[in-house]
Amino acid sequence: MSEALANLQGVSRVYQKGKERVEVLHELDLVIPAGDFLAIMGPSGSGKTTLLNILGGLDQPSNGAVTVGAAELSSMSNSQLSHWRSTHVGFVFQFYNLLPVLTAQKNVELPLLLTNFSAKERAARAGIALDIVGLSDRAKHLPRELSGGEEQRVAIARAIVSDPALLLCDEPTGDLDREKADEILKLLQVLNRDHGKTVVMVTHDAQAADFATRTLHVDKGKLESRAAA
Amino acid sequence: MKYLGLIWRNVWRKKARTSLTILSVLIAFLLFALLNAVGHALTSGAPLSAAQRLVVIDKISLINLLPISYGNKIAAIPGVRAVTHATWFGGYYQDPKNQFGQFPTDAEAYFDIYPELELPDEQFEAFMNNRTGALVGEALAEQFGWKVGDRIPVSATIWTRKDGGRTWEFDLEGIFTTSDPRGTTAFMLFQYDYFNEARQFGDGLIGWYVLSVADGADPVEVANAIDAEFANSPRETETSTEQAFAASFARQFGNIALIVQLILGAVFFTLLLVTGNTMAQSVRERIPELAVLKTVGFKDGTVLGIVMAESILIMVIGGGLGLGIGWAVAQSLNEALAAMIGGGIFLSGQAFIVAVMIMIGAGVAAGIFPALKAMRLSIVDALARG
Repeated sequence: MSEALANLQGVSRVYQKGKERVEVLHELDLVIPAGDFLAIMGPSGSGKTTLLNILGGLDQPSNGAVTVGAAELSSMSNSQLSHWRSTHVGFVFQFYNLLPVLTAQKNVELPLLLTNFSAKERAARAGIALDIVGLSDRAKHLPRELSGGEEQRVAIARAIVSDPALLLCDEPTGDLDREKADEILKLLQVLNRDHGKTVVMVTHDAQAADFATRTLHVDKGKLESRAAA
Repeated sequence: MKYLGLIWRNVWRKKARTSLTILSVLIAFLLFALLNAVGHALTSGAPLSAAQRLVVIDKISLINLLPISYGNKIAAIPGVRAVTHATWFGGYYQDPKNQFGQFPTDAEAYFDIYPELELPDEQFEAFMNNRTGALVGEALAEQFGWKVGDRIPVSATIWTRKDGGRTWEFDLEGIFTTSDPRGTTAFMLFQYDYFNEARQFGDGLIGWYVLSVADGADPVEVANAIDAEFANSPRETETSTEQAFAASFARQFGNIALIVQLILGAVFFTLLLVTGNTMAQSVRERIPELAVLKTVGFKDGTVLGIVMAESILIMVIGGGLGLGIGWAVAQSLNEALAAMIGGGIFLSGQAFIVAVMIMIGAGVAAGIFPALKAMRLSIVDALARG
């Protein structure tokens, strides 16, 4: 087994909804080795997305420790987490979440605005990312001029443009037909296998989970694991 | 600067809405520019100590007339080089819409005191030899298509003739120009003697005196000496600069400065509401996008700055256009209205600076609450809403 990229120990997440206390994650332990392609499945409300958010530093656990690489996320400030996310993690969402006013190229360049790269360098790096996802010829197109599959590819290019070690995907194929979904999943496999990205994917879709090297099931805030077929 | 492209595209995401908002900002700053330019003409000018020409009016009100006999007394005061007088005639040509300045005066002294007014000698001579003669500026002649030799009927709104008529007829004997690029020629001069003899009332009274200060004389001392000369008389005087005179002329119509401030206050308050609403809508409809920015690593302060910059940019575009148009219109107005309020209608550098400060201030005020909302956005909640 490779060295652990992410380590969650005793992670709980509790929300207060009015007077009601809702425990979404319950003392969860998880180790994600570098280079892993992990699928997380579970029913709605089981805590999958919360787990992903905590792994990506978008949310903080109520209890427990989260370490990703050398970073102890649970002790970082908002500002530190922002900086960490910009360099260490890429996000892919179900609905792509591209900025409609920017071209594909400019959407991909977004995370690079936070770096000291020149405009030329940003464009070159975004070009490489678009090339990896097979959309070099669509760089000047606005999101509304792209198909759903293409939009998701642009979102993946945006996620990898900063060359993060960890790729977090929340239902990345949830809005696509089977054919397009498989293309995206194969792309994630390529990024995992050929580019060394650690991929954590939340999905409802068992066929999507089959593209991962292992699958974890979350239910009522707790984990159970089994090897992928 | 690297965020400028993103800010620019965000501003124009709803082109119609942004255009209308910019239009409202444009109109507000156009008003600001025009009111300031006119206000400048009414309220500013060289200080008394630097004035070469002084104006003497009744101490109580400009509408009170002064005796013609004051002219010789003023001329006798040390430091006074030349004196003339004028009276507001208040007539119009053919249609009440065609109003312009007409002044019965002592033309010889008038042209001496206003050397920038230029007139061929033979025309001036013809005018002096014709009791019903008149001189007009070239701007006015062009406006109404007048030429030397024309007979010009002017309908009086104040000065009825002794025969009960209200129409005064003048022979156009000359057309004068000005060498002062900021001066005006949109007015008419005619013989005071003819006016005084033919009018039904006000015999021996004039509207105001204009005098030029002798070289080396102190204008402040001269002004004080004139007012002291007529102190405790039934018609006390107030001597000031031409600009101060223009201001007191304008005050006849009300407290211009207060009116201007009230109008601008209402306009800018409305502007804040309009732009604030635009920004609030803009932020509301792209909450998931703002969450994405934060997700990829944009810090809270950066998101706040981007939204604020959008608000300020809208103000600067609209305000810049409004100021530019206002400046151009003020240039035209300077020629058209100068006869009424004495010229000097222009947008000062100070007004430009104030306008830029208002743009930035209004941009901040309109954008601050939407920007704070964007800054405080919880990524998890916002993504869940998207």
